[in-house]
Amino acid sequence: MATNTDQKTIRFKVKRQDAPQTAPYWQDFDVPHPPGANVISCLLHIAANPVTADGRTVAPVAWDCNCLEEVCGACTMVINGRVRQSCSALISELAEEAAAVTLEPMTKFPVVRDLMVDRSRMFKNLIDIKAWVPIDGTHALGPGPTESPANQDTRYALSRCMTCGCCLEACPQFLLDNHFIGAAAISQARYFNAHETGKTLQDDRLEALETPGGVSDCGNAQNCVQVCPKDIPLTESIAAIGRQTTVHAIKSFFSGK
Amino acid sequence: MADNQPRVIVVGGGLAGLAASVRIAEAGVPVDLFSMVPVKRSHSVCAQGGINACNEVARQQGYSEWLHMDETLYGGDFLNHQPPVYEMTHWAPKVIDLMDRMGVPFNRTSEGQRDLRLFGGSLFKRTHFAGATTGQQLLYALDEQTRRYEADGKVTKHEFWEFLWPVLDDSNGKKRCVGIVAQDMRSMQIRAFRADAVVMATGGCGMVFGKSTMSVICTGGAASRCYQAGAWLGNPEFIQVHPTAIPGEDKCRLMSESARGEGGRVWVPRKKNDDRPPNDIPTAERWYFLEEKYPKYGNLVPRDIATREIFFVCQQGHGIGGGRMVYLDVTHLPDATKHKLDGILEIYEKFTGDNPRNVPMKIFPAVHYSMGGLYTVYTAKEDSKGMVQGAPNNMMTNLEGLYAFGEVNYQYHGATRLGANALLNCIFDGLFCGLSVVNYVRDQKPGARAAELPAQPFNTVVQQEQAKMKRLLEADGQYNPYQIHAKLGDELTDSCTVIREENRMKRAYEALGELNAQYKNLGLSDAGMWTNQTLSFARALGDMLIYAEAILAGSIARKESRGSHYRPDYPERDDKKFHKTTVAKFDAVTGRATLEYEPVPTPLIAPRARTYGKVEAEADDNKKDKKEEAATS
Repeated sequence: MATNTDQKTIRFKVKRQDAPQTAPYWQDFDVPHPPGANVISCLLHIAANPVTADGRTVAPVAWDCNCLEEVCGACTMVINGRVRQSCSALISELAEEAAAVTLEPMTKFPVVRDLMVDRSRMFKNLIDIKAWVPIDGTHALGPGPTESPANQDTRYALSRCMTCGCCLEACPQFLLDNHFIGAAAISQARYFNAHETGKTLQDDRLEALETPGGVSDCGNAQNCVQVCPKDIPLTESIAAIGRQTTVHAIKSFFSGK
Repeated sequence: MADNQPRVIVVGGGLAGLAASVRIAEAGVPVDLFSMVPVKRSHSVCAQGGINACNEVARQQGYSEWLHMDETLYGGDFLNHQPPVYEMTHWAPKVIDLMDRMGVPFNRTSEGQRDLRLFGGSLFKRTHFAGATTGQQLLYALDEQTRRYEADGKVTKHEFWEFLWPVLDDSNGKKRCVGIVAQDMRSMQIRAFRADAVVMATGGCGMVFGKSTMSVICTGGAASRCYQAGAWLGNPEFIQVHPTAIPGEDKCRLMSESARGEGGRVWVPRKKNDDRPPNDIPTAERWYFLEEKYPKYGNLVPRDIATREIFFVCQQGHGIGGGRMVYLDVTHLPDATKHKLDGILEIYEKFTGDNPRNVPMKIFPAVHYSMGGLYTVYTAKEDSKGMVQGAPNNMMTNLEGLYAFGEVNYQYHGATRLGANALLNCIFDGLFCGLSVVNYVRDQKPGARAAELPAQPFNTVVQQEQAKMKRLLEADGQYNPYQIHAKLGDELTDSCTVIREENRMKRAYEALGELNAQYKNLGLSDAGMWTNQTLSFARALGDMLIYAEAILAGSIARKESRGSHYRPDYPERDDKKFHKTTVAKFDAVTGRATLEYEPVPTPLIAPRARTYGKVEAEADDNKKDKKEEAATS
């Protein structure tokens, strides 16, 4: 990983923060980038050579990553102002849009350190909407329900959500300090409500989404669907859950619940 | 700590760890689940192609669980133990049914049945799949079930905690695992956790090879720590190199076998250094070398064979532009078939900028999977057809109370793993052997619960780990852990992957000595006590160096060729000397592996030559390959 002087370098501007309670600051790094380099390979270079553009040796930049194939969701950050996974952010493409690469942590989640944020709120939301199929245990009880290819296709698109947080970062209603549940969890509610057995918890899910911070807090900005790396039809999900909650509310009203 | 209920610790939140957690919690035993990442981000998400099981369609064409077992043993070059493979393949249909009930969006036929695809090492369609992201979908289903138990308070997750060392108690004269010491990766706090049994479900060791298809947490560090604490390794030298990956700057990205399962073809230009774009090369001038050499299995020979053929073809100068790449072509497939592969085709497009729907992909082999891992035992049924369900020692290591499930367990795949058997192995271990863990902890004598033990064995390990951390943080040597890791990866990849030449491996072994000396002279760029990722990596590097020694030692000592282990100096399988498990025991004095060999019993299937029907191919000028055909025992 030694610096190869023949290679082109690109300026990285990294927003850093040492700990949750300390103030953020910026540091610049000049990083060589062979063809095929991505933000991760450049961050790895900085980890191995943590020297700023003005020659100071500093602590390496902390960031979250795991699979590097855009399927685990870990390495999400704000790159040149746009939220995305850093593994699939190719330097050749970034270099075309700007002279430098700017890296910032997501702003809708508490910063742990540097580019690492705490997304545990997203996982807690999945508990709140009972994001599971309530099976009768793991013993052999035969196959699950049959399913049409069309329904499978719809569910498969929804099931690819990596809980990465892009949709929430882009959402004007989802804030660091409010309670809006956001597109990811709403879409997961739709996913489980579309499964024959999953449906049995539909009322519980809709009730959770009818409370303040639920689906009606969506401002219909439609930013979520534009930034989703897996092209999940999030606005369709929000509309579908909106309809389901309306029907559910009317039914509850007439049944006197 | 006065409660009298047994507890279990599961380390690792991939498929094996989650399946175990769900099964154990369901039986009423509380689980503490440790993971370096939120479990939903575990490496199992990277599995793409599918999961194997006998099914009614295949059965009515002559397939069976028995044949699935036979394929798995033939694929593994008969190094796998037969009773566990029997049990796994016979459970496979139940595993699929269960995952189906959990809501996994398996692809469907027009009638609504689960769809099937062809996969390597089989002539029958027996692979169930969800698009080309099957591992992700299976993991999510188990993540959801785990969350259900978490909501009920039966599973406690410890995410962003790193396993550091097992705690062993020998107050009763026998070493028994009674907990772990772990570190909070944010606050850097090190503390002990007690448990009556510990399940290691920590995956493979691809990072030892630098770049692989594995995730960055797959260092093998956890397995190495158990090994240093006295657990044995089984067959550490068996490492799978996947034939089709996209070489990258930071890692090699997997291009699933499902691309070939759905009809994708591997080829190179017949003419060396043909510089025409692939779509301008007419079919007659393309060399479909796998199809020519293996008319029966074609592009779906097992991975080690496809990998070697690709490697040799490139070595002969037939690679694209004379380099180290071949084409993997799905451009001819119908749109509906391509749709089933969207998940992987999108990845290729995102990372290379080329659309594989129109232009053949450029691929090369990359380190992918560890067949070897922690050594485990089991109780076979009397007729050897399977394991005794619930036997407390199923998949227990040589250390009582310490289990190994999933990829870190050496048990199922022998010398090569067949595609789409890994997901099965992980879930099967969790479900089938989860019950063994429950029975083991319930059988403990009153008064012997981990919660009731004195603090001493726990404190000793906490102090050991604190001292290790202090040493690393205060080190002010000249060597950077990332640079040592890059050299380690280069040495192992060059010497110990597709081709394993004795002299090259010995050079790597010597280089390992140098790297160890450099490791003793480390300097860390971060001495902080908050989210110090450099510390975690530097510590794991020490464990990788030790694991790498076992891989190299095992590879040098195994003077034969078997499955993924190919020695040009010993090109034939030697059953007389090496139809044996390598058992590696750590010698704390020398820091090296002591190797012993244990015969592999073959109660169900007698070993046979592993040829996959190879014939000589016309355009093949590499006559050396004849030895493959002749490889018999």
